[in-house]
Amino acid sequence: MRYLVQRILFYVFTAWAAITINFFIPRMIPGDPVKSLLARFQGQMSTEAINSLYVLFGLDKDASIWSQYIDYWQQLFHGDLGLSFTAFPSPVSEVISDALPWTLALVGITTIISFLIGTGLGVLAGWRRGSWIDGLLPTTTFLSSVPYFWLGLLAIYLLAGPDSFFPSSGGYEPGLVPAWDQYFIPSAIRHSLLPALTILISSVSGWILSMRNMMVTVASEDYITVAHAKGLSDRRVSLSYAARNALLPNVSGFALALGMIVGGTLLVEIVFSYPGLGFLLFRAVGAKDYPLMQGIFLVITISVLVANLIADVVYLLLDPRTRKEG
Amino acid sequence: MSGAPVLEIKNLNVDYGLGDQAVHAVRDVNLTLHRGEVLGLAGESGSGKSTLAYGLTRLLAPPGVISGGEVIYHPDGRDPYDVLSLDDEGLRKFRWAETAIVFQGAMNSLNPVHKISTQLTDVLAAHDPKMSAHSRNARAREMLKLVGISPDRMDAYPHQLSGGMRQRVMIGMALILQPQVVIMDEPTTALDVVMQRQILGQLIELRERLGFSVIFITHDLSLLVEFSNRIAIMYGGRIVEEAQASALYKDSLHPYSAGLLGSFPALRGPRRELAGIPGSPPDLKGMPTGCSFHPRCPKAFDPCADNIPVLGHPDTPDGPARTVACWLHPAQQPVG
Repeated sequence: MRYLVQRILFYVFTAWAAITINFFIPRMIPGDPVKSLLARFQGQMSTEAINSLYVLFGLDKDASIWSQYIDYWQQLFHGDLGLSFTAFPSPVSEVISDALPWTLALVGITTIISFLIGTGLGVLAGWRRGSWIDGLLPTTTFLSSVPYFWLGLLAIYLLAGPDSFFPSSGGYEPGLVPAWDQYFIPSAIRHSLLPALTILISSVSGWILSMRNMMVTVASEDYITVAHAKGLSDRRVSLSYAARNALLPNVSGFALALGMIVGGTLLVEIVFSYPGLGFLLFRAVGAKDYPLMQGIFLVITISVLVANLIADVVYLLLDPRTRKEG
Repeated sequence: MSGAPVLEIKNLNVDYGLGDQAVHAVRDVNLTLHRGEVLGLAGESGSGKSTLAYGLTRLLAPPGVISGGEVIYHPDGRDPYDVLSLDDEGLRKFRWAETAIVFQGAMNSLNPVHKISTQLTDVLAAHDPKMSAHSRNARAREMLKLVGISPDRMDAYPHQLSGGMRQRVMIGMALILQPQVVIMDEPTTALDVVMQRQILGQLIELRERLGFSVIFITHDLSLLVEFSNRIAIMYGGRIVEEAQASALYKDSLHPYSAGLLGSFPALRGPRRELAGIPGSPPDLKGMPTGCSFHPRCPKAFDPCADNIPVLGHPDTPDGPARTVACWLHPAQQPVG
């Protein structure tokens, strides 16, 4: 328990550091948001409009960096991340919360599926060395070495097209309104199949390989021989003894992958023009939309931290040796 | 002491690898374990004693293969059968219920992620699926008490126990199904001497109470002299001498046995120089011709380099009770 509290304190500290850096970096960049907005309107703005923009962005007051910092934290606690330039005048929090479910659903589900399939196959491959699954390894390793944006482009080229079942871009049929109904959900699933498949193919072999290698290592441990000698069923030895121990390093990997869900698949979302967070970040960078970038970075940071915290908790549950009594 | 046989090893051969590349780790071993006796198996590292134990329980990891022989097991009140020809399910049932093993690595024999109770009860569940969880638990507690561990350690994980306690748990686990045969593969090697004594003393006491037979494998002949009824000495994959413990200690016939006995200090009696055995154990890939011990043997003479001595009863007064494979004591009637 004390260990867990220590970890949580550590993550709170890290989150504070990340948010603070997130606050300072844009302020060190030369220029200000109004100037970049002016550039977008190519000078076709009156002086009053410019001044009111300064007021709107809160840049009229000559506030000290310290009071800005305090204000920033107060806004954060109210969920206020500022206003987006590109989607002006929508608040950043709204823009992000529109995009986040797409990424979470697509990448989150595929990451979990990929982990489950890969780990399962890895257990089999490691336990029955030399079986057909072992023969599968070179193929999956080859596929994972292909950059996945290229795999995505290839998938679009080969499988998507005007008459194809697979749409080549977007998250749903244009013209549909996002809702939990029989028109929207099938369309959303259909649009997610190709990107999901691309991610799956490129990520599954990593899980297979690491799980297989751990299985092979664990299989030579003394307690596995003892388990065999005890006359336990092969199933129990392989799952409860070998896989249960081999799983531990893979769990940390999985938690890191969970942290990467939000920010890690930028390229897939760009290739498929998928309306998720990665695509949003891509557009924000293109449009120099600082508040939006800042907001997205914040979400990514927090998701990585939360994933790590989950990893710590899961590890605590899975490995009794990490639990310190007292 | 020598009752009916419970385990008969006949012409057992174990190789590592196949074909010409194979290394013969155990050759033509004949050994009989009788009901209620402690049979010691001694030899240097690499003499094949552990391989023999793994072979007769069919636990050899690849590339180990049994290339010949029989292991006849005599269950209590049923017909004997050959362990080596059991099918998978039969073997699974045979393991632990009839022959349990206590392994060398006390520290790594327990699964680190499961509680002691889980590891004690899963044997019971595997061999008697009808047993209730409650009686499985009760049995596991009973076994812990038997080996001198407080039953409230049931919920402990292996890393919370000391090496000695872990090995006790393993001994308790080995006895939980009341097997006829317990194989001890250097069970106390990883422990300090005091702990060694305690555990062995306890083991002998348990054996007297429960009546199982023990094959005790060690390189420490002094332990065997004290704790076993009969001792078999292995060298280069073969049994080179087998005799009652006292007879072997007082009057070993094979020069290798004499060498092993000379390698540890006697507790009582006059002081003597520790001799040791010159040279090193043979390379199993290129065994010497003839008697494999002859390059290191202080008493080697003409026939030793060319002809392999067969294991047989020597021409001594207690000859019928012991066997030796040495040209100094040519076999009167070969066994096997």
